[in-house]
Amino acid sequence: MIDAITELRDAGLARIAAAQTSAELEQLRIALLGRKAELPNLLRGVAELPPEQRGPVGRAANEARGALEAALETAGARIAAAELEARLLSDRIDITLPADPLPRPGRLHLLTQVRREIEDVFIGLGFRIEEGPEIESVYFNFDALNHDPTHPARLESDTFYLSELPGAPEEMAGRLLLRTHTSPMQVRAMLATPPPIAIIVPGRVYRRDSDVTHTPQFHQIEGLVVAEDITLADLKGTLLAFSRAIFGPDREIRLRPHFFPFTEPSVEVDVSCFNCDHGRLADDSRCPLCKGTTWIEILGAGMVDPNVLGHVTANGYDPERHQGFAFGMGIERIAMLKHGIGDLRLLYDNDLRFLEQF
Amino acid sequence: MRVPLDWLSEYCAPALSATELAAALALTGTEVERVEHHGVATPDGFVVGHVLEATKHPDADRLRVCVVEIGDGEPRQIVCGAPNVAAGLTVAVAQPGSVMPDGTRLKKAKLRGQESHGMILSERELAISAEHDGIMVLPGTPAPGTPLAEVIPIGTDVLVLEITPNRPDCLGIYGVAREVHAATGAPLAPEPWAEDPGSLGPLAGVEITNAAGPELNPRFTARIFGGVRVGPSPIWLKARLMAAGMRPISNVVDITNYVMLVTGQPMHAFDLDRVAGRRLNVRRARAGETVETLDGQARTLDPDIVLIEDADGPTSIAGVMGGARSEVSETTSTVLAEVATWNGPNIHETALKLALNSEAASRNAKGLAPEQTLWAQALATRMFRELTGATVSPGTLDLGGDGPAPAKIALRTARIAALLGTEVPRERAAEVLDALGFTTAATPEGLAVTVPPVRRTDVTREVDLIEEIARLAVLGDLPATLPRRSGSGALSARQRLRRRAADLLAGAGLSEVVGWSFAAPDQNARLRLADPAVTLANPMSADHSRLRTTLLGSVLDVAAHNRAQGAERIAIFEMGAVYRPERIAPRAEDVHALALLTGPVRTPTWREPAPPPADVFAAKGVAEVLLDGLGIAWELVPGQALATLHPTRSAVVQVNGHRVGFLAEVHPEVAAAWDLGPGPVAVAAINLDALALPETRQARDLTSFPSLREDLAVVLPDTVSAAELLAVIGAAAGPLLHSADVFDVYRDSARLGAGRYSVAVRLHFRASDRTLTNEEVAVKRGRIIAAVADQLEGTIRA
Ligand SMILES: [Zn+2]
Repeated sequence: MIDAITELRDAGLARIAAAQTSAELEQLRIALLGRKAELPNLLRGVAELPPEQRGPVGRAANEARGALEAALETAGARIAAAELEARLLSDRIDITLPADPLPRPGRLHLLTQVRREIEDVFIGLGFRIEEGPEIESVYFNFDALNHDPTHPARLESDTFYLSELPGAPEEMAGRLLLRTHTSPMQVRAMLATPPPIAIIVPGRVYRRDSDVTHTPQFHQIEGLVVAEDITLADLKGTLLAFSRAIFGPDREIRLRPHFFPFTEPSVEVDVSCFNCDHGRLADDSRCPLCKGTTWIEILGAGMVDPNVLGHVTANGYDPERHQGFAFGMGIERIAMLKHGIGDLRLLYDNDLRFLEQF
Repeated sequence: MRVPLDWLSEYCAPALSATELAAALALTGTEVERVEHHGVATPDGFVVGHVLEATKHPDADRLRVCVVEIGDGEPRQIVCGAPNVAAGLTVAVAQPGSVMPDGTRLKKAKLRGQESHGMILSERELAISAEHDGIMVLPGTPAPGTPLAEVIPIGTDVLVLEITPNRPDCLGIYGVAREVHAATGAPLAPEPWAEDPGSLGPLAGVEITNAAGPELNPRFTARIFGGVRVGPSPIWLKARLMAAGMRPISNVVDITNYVMLVTGQPMHAFDLDRVAGRRLNVRRARAGETVETLDGQARTLDPDIVLIEDADGPTSIAGVMGGARSEVSETTSTVLAEVATWNGPNIHETALKLALNSEAASRNAKGLAPEQTLWAQALATRMFRELTGATVSPGTLDLGGDGPAPAKIALRTARIAALLGTEVPRERAAEVLDALGFTTAATPEGLAVTVPPVRRTDVTREVDLIEEIARLAVLGDLPATLPRRSGSGALSARQRLRRRAADLLAGAGLSEVVGWSFAAPDQNARLRLADPAVTLANPMSADHSRLRTTLLGSVLDVAAHNRAQGAERIAIFEMGAVYRPERIAPRAEDVHALALLTGPVRTPTWREPAPPPADVFAAKGVAEVLLDGLGIAWELVPGQALATLHPTRSAVVQVNGHRVGFLAEVHPEVAAAWDLGPGPVAVAAINLDALALPETRQARDLTSFPSLREDLAVVLPDTVSAAELLAVIGAAAGPLLHSADVFDVYRDSARLGAGRYSVAVRLHFRASDRTLTNEEVAVKRGRIIAAVADQLEGTIRA
């Protein structure tokens, strides 16, 4: 009896050792230890043996069973490891194939990117952001900004006027036009907010002009700071901070006198060129950005003309007591300078191949 | 305005190169467009020559072989084609190696077998005039070999200036010289009109009246020059005019142009013997009246145009161009010199109307000072006497006289510092203003300043004087400071919402575009819309003659452009204003956002080579990203939102019961009109300014207790929408229902019955104060099933 058990155990262990797959092993478990297997049957027969044999045979059978179970477990682990190894090998792919892309983010238009960048600089300098109507009255666009009644910008050759529009509100009386600059908001903002005021006004403006550097619609950012003690030196400091934020920390600016109807004194502001060394490129050719002058014109500015403040005295602005500066810059121009764009019209072609590079 | 430097240096000559001077002017407020060179660039090789012999070329009738002494005792043979070359003449010679004004370098040459060692020059070859019928005979008797540049002006740098409208005084070279003086400190010569050989007082021999009135013609002056000999101008005068951009014509005309270029004040010379009745009258033209101008053209006038007439009718257009009838000719012997002040804007309009942009008109259009007229008369008188042999009749006819008395302005030293942010001592301020022609006197607070007539309209206030000081004495080293303020900058809530909206759309894979505000007149018709549009009175083109009432047009335009460029998948949005005639208001126009997707909904990849096309559900996805992202609760109302859109694949987007936008596919015929399609073109649009700002979210407890999930598959009649099902479920389940989402739709008429379909819904139940029991949820489920059966004829699918 005990010999039969030993034989069963050894035969079982040999088969377990030879098993190669977990399915084979499972069949062995059933064959060796399942309900119909020989060893359990032998164990069930122990009760019928003579009492003196029961002890040794039972022990031998239990030992054999334990040995087989242990061997199954060991083989199971061995086979699982081998099978995992095989599966991992078969998982091999060509990892150089293109990705399964997540939805690719789109791009904000370059004009939006640049506008936000400028807005954020001025927010940091304590400015609020105002917006105003693009359809404007002659009063806000020209009269209140101290434009001579015969100023050429008022001509139909320069400015878009609207055809008769019944039902325009009284405040917009007279001829309506598409604003030619964001400056009308200087007056509107001062009518809405008593001094002191510090705002920028980004927005779309229109002029009858179309070539490589002009489109009939473009975007400006107006700036206005009025209080009792704002000086031309403050204008310079503010625009210097702006220029360094946008064009790099090493920039310098210079103010050149100019003429604008609604500022006095008026200046044009140049930023030192960020593209060249003393007007020359690495190959010693003339820098195309500053044309070799080392300075690039970026905007117009000046001290708010007392005549402009004269239009907002009702809201607490006193031309004798209040003073301040204003400036206006073209977003397109800043974008073109900063990103090396030669033709303004590219910004309005909206070719995705162009837009998505930024 | 062209300013030849050798001319300028007669009045003010700083020791600066042309570029340095240009920089100095640019930094003090005179815009320099560019620096040019006129005439000979390097004077080497240009010398005076004496023609010793001039004989006919043996083999060419038109050529002469000359022997010319050029100072070294070795006469050169030069072949010359000019008919007037002759022995004994003093001429200008360019030797081989010289560079001509047009850039060519002269070489030794052989002309029909005869060697030619250089060239005898005509005026045109030296850019002194257009004259090229003969060689130039030099004035006086300079010795052969004298460098030509010492005898006549043969080359000069030219500053091309852009004069701002507030500085008409700089439209004359002497005015520019004054700026140069103020900018550089170089001394300024006395005004070239300071000595007047003529006289004031009544003028006999002509009668002049001004019927147009002083508004249109503030001053009219005239002098008469008798015994005028018309002929060519001297070389120096021609050379200056050419360098300044004007063609020499005759001494009389050249004098009028020269005087204008020096003083900035245009003048006109009439042949007095051709002025009918010897009288002139200034008046408004009659409608349709015509006048033949100097250029030979008949011009039709209107009553806003001012003309000058004699006894026979109109002779010239005031301030713009003279008439042909009384033009100075070779036979003229008596000149009536007219120098008048005109109404600048009126002249500007006239010049525009007639498309006549002469040097005179552009100056008169700026509105000159009446005092300038006598400057011009004085200088002209001297030149007529010197260059035409004329005698000046006594007296000056003067209608109108000087302008208003010069303004006196008090300038406070403290005010300068307060405005500019830097101190300027009184002495420095006085120095600057004196240099500019102002008169200053010290006062306790600063200066009492008298404004010169030419600055009368530009400088009227203290701040205008401060500008002069700023540009000449301060800007160069102005300190940079920041305003002392305690403001805080921030975006407004509305501005944050717009930025967030753009970020959400871009984050969802849409690229932003920026279209035109302008639209073609038929754009709305092409979009099947009847909205009236704002119309421009003076568009640049018919295609841009309206303002858009929707972003649909510009976004479709951009999509069409990119499709034409080969883009298969297009996913774009625009955020911008639309313009509606009924919304003209002080506040800014409404800003809309419109997204468009067409082509594959996702970029095809090797794993998904053919993603489904973006259709109305992509549009709905955009609306979800945008509005859910903004935290705005919204609902969708099926139905055609606009005639532009697909009638059955369209819905209105509502917030709080108000329409704020739409999501849809574009009507296939509209898409085809933009060369898009045949696949769907999905669009979603939201009026961002119609959205109330989202409220601040208050926290809810979603984590302390688990939720219970329940799936239901409901078989419904086709006529019942998913939204209706969810509404019934929501009402039946009550507040414990946290969410209900459709996760499967299944159609199979064989199994479900004709006209019925199956919708599977995943329900999440939760309570914030306890864990729900299965029994509670089972009750809800029962109520839902009953309600669906009762209200929608829906059955639960096992
Ligand atoms: Zn550069």
